Amino acid sequence: MSTAAASTAARVKRVAIIGNPNTGKTTLFNALTGLSARVGNYPGVTVEKKTGALEPGIELLDLPGTYSLAAHSPDEMVAVSVLHGDQDGEARPDAIVVIVDAGNLQRNLFLLTQVMEVGLPMVVALNMVDAARTAGVNVDEKALSHALGLPVVSTVASEKQGMDALRKAIREALEKAETPKPAWNWPPSLKQEIEALAGGLGIDAFLAGRALIDEGGAAESLLVSRKGEGARAQLKQAREKLKAAGSPPAKFEIQMRYAWIGRAIAPCVERRPAGPSTTDKLDRILTHRLVGTLVFLLLMTGVFVTIFKVAEPFMGWIDEGFGWAGGRVTAMFAGTSLEGGMLQSLLVDGAVAGVGGVMVFLPQIAFLFLFIALLEDCGYMARAAFLMDRVLRFCGLSGHSFIPLMSSFACAVPGIMATRTISNPRDRFTTIMIAPLMSCSARIPVYSMLAYAFVPHEPLHGFLPALVFAGMYFVGILTAIPIALILKGTLLKGPTPPFVMELPQYKVPTPRVVWQRVWEASKAFAVRAGTAIFAISIIVWALLYFPHSKEIGAEYDARRDAAKAKFGGEEKLSEDDKKAREDALGEIDKEEAGAYLRASIMGRMGHMVEPVVKPLGWDWKIGMAAIASFPAREVIVSTLRIIYDLGGEEGGDEDTAREQLASKLQAAEWPDGRKVYNLPVALSIMVFFALCAQCAATLVTIRKETGTWKWSAFTFFYMTGLAYVAALATYQIGMKLM
Amino acid sequence: MRLSQCKPGQGGTISKVDGEGAVGQRLMEMGLIEGVEVKVIRVAPLGDPIEVEVQHYNLSLRKSEADRVEVDA
Repeated sequence: MSTAAASTAARVKRVAIIGNPNTGKTTLFNALTGLSARVGNYPGVTVEKKTGALEPGIELLDLPGTYSLAAHSPDEMVAVSVLHGDQDGEARPDAIVVIVDAGNLQRNLFLLTQVMEVGLPMVVALNMVDAARTAGVNVDEKALSHALGLPVVSTVASEKQGMDALRKAIREALEKAETPKPAWNWPPSLKQEIEALAGGLGIDAFLAGRALIDEGGAAESLLVSRKGEGARAQLKQAREKLKAAGSPPAKFEIQMRYAWIGRAIAPCVERRPAGPSTTDKLDRILTHRLVGTLVFLLLMTGVFVTIFKVAEPFMGWIDEGFGWAGGRVTAMFAGTSLEGGMLQSLLVDGAVAGVGGVMVFLPQIAFLFLFIALLEDCGYMARAAFLMDRVLRFCGLSGHSFIPLMSSFACAVPGIMATRTISNPRDRFTTIMIAPLMSCSARIPVYSMLAYAFVPHEPLHGFLPALVFAGMYFVGILTAIPIALILKGTLLKGPTPPFVMELPQYKVPTPRVVWQRVWEASKAFAVRAGTAIFAISIIVWALLYFPHSKEIGAEYDARRDAAKAKFGGEEKLSEDDKKAREDALGEIDKEEAGAYLRASIMGRMGHMVEPVVKPLGWDWKIGMAAIASFPAREVIVSTLRIIYDLGGEEGGDEDTAREQLASKLQAAEWPDGRKVYNLPVALSIMVFFALCAQCAATLVTIRKETGTWKWSAFTFFYMTGLAYVAALATYQIGMKLM
Repeated sequence: MRLSQCKPGQGGTISKVDGEGAVGQRLMEMGLIEGVEVKVIRVAPLGDPIEVEVQHYNLSLRKSEADRVEVDA
């Protein structure tokens, strides 16, 4: 057997699925590939890449949903370059499945006609024929197949109907390897220019056509990267020529396609007047000026309450679980020569506590994605964007940014992950950059502790702390607006992207699609918590642990011995004395932890930054606790507890723990006897935490979603700078007013 | 009359589309081309964007975008 023959026989055939958004493409892909689906990313871009096995020897590739091959967004660019065999590390597919919505055939066939020109064997999946029939639209599968010159299979992907027929059609298309024969005629003037360009540049007509028509699009960039700037000039010249002759290329191409589609499908589609559809009736309520807005607000409140309240017990269990795991590890060390040593601390305080501190947010992320997937799959998400677009335009964004930003009030991580639904990269990046300014749940412990301890409870009968608490949310929101406007005017400047989107028919969500979304988001987060966030936790642990000098250990060992001696032999003690002895030893342990911490590298860093944070009204302890909270903001509370000899764990009930720390903070003094904390200092810390980027998970997620550490670094520095200036202003102005 | 000026229920045949740039191209790709029927269905609660019916489906677009489309009532 020759080498060539062997490789052909062994090679896995690849089939790409392409289609408009809202055609049930993901559902179809899931139905065809079952459990074999894998999710990854295309190298260099953050476009999701889904592959799975259709059957042994045939791999299915899910391309991003797109309305057209005139690619302007990264999603569309990936679709075009995969079909064209230009995507890095991707072999050109052997065949294409185009999925079309039977109820919206005209517009769906627009993309189909473009794909027909790619020159690969094709199969058409005529999906959602059931919903179309309900809406009074009947499509004749055979007539359509005849009109297009392509195999057409009717399917209902959500019910797995037509899957066997589709598989068979794909196999046949691969065997026959027949390429489509487009029957429409390009306007002669346009055709002539395309052929001249293709000949002159030595490229195929498909690429030449797309580059000529899509001004500033993906094909143009691709061509310029391959053939140099000269190609851009050539394209420009050809466009000018066509425009001057009264035939603008984009308009001519689009009119040609729709004209052909209109004629082709006339004998295939039968429309019965069906009266107002369910979608019409629902939209009369859901997008109504008053009722629609009210329903929207209620729905969002419901989502929010669920994320906070329903997720709470789950978060508690995870917290307890990690606490239990830490306890088990500690127990394993008990009685061994390593008890209380470095390895124990590394495992318990570094690994288990570090990962646990981030994993507690997993339930919020899972619930949030459950809602996002439900809202998206049923069709409401497009309505939310429709309702909110005007509001978001204040920040130079569009309605698509609403859900990601709202989600960020629970946690910026899922918020940033949810920006994948924003197709314009500049809008998406702007949304990612401002998402961490929304006050997330990790700030709540910081706000509530400081507001409780330092905001006067009178006047206003105890409402003032709550008001300050709420005010912190506004600090974030009001900062986000100018930041977004500045970003969109400078780094992310560009033409306003179109806000032209389909309002799809409502449908019952497919459980599998919803579940998959929740699973993938949760998995991505857990993997990150276990890798990058784990590494950061270990580094911060080391900074807090070392040098761990022997002298401190010896000093406290001596105190422990003295305390033990004072109580005498354990066996003879009364119950009360036993407890007193235990308490005394516990206190010494807490003080020892505090002493180690104050002498640690992080403690020294705290001393080093004191001159920098002093203008904010902070002493080195606050500075150190702020730095130590890099893995997650809430960590500042436990760090302050350790510094003030209370131990990191909040034993007993929450109120006592809060009161303990409050009284320690209220008593804290500078060396000269002045109190460290007062209202301006507390506010300065709160404002700092409202605006700072002390969250490793967010920065790691930004890296993942933008594809580069550059944006994580940018977010960290701009937010930290902003937080510093705002905290400085808060303290200085506060002191003047006091 | 411009599509952006139409009230809910109003519409007609598209007589002209400003198809310049990426926005214009997207409008045409979504089926807003000369000779096609279009009707405004509703306006968003805050006055913008609007929802129209074109090519037998529902499309949302901003008024600034609908400004590019002229209709004969």
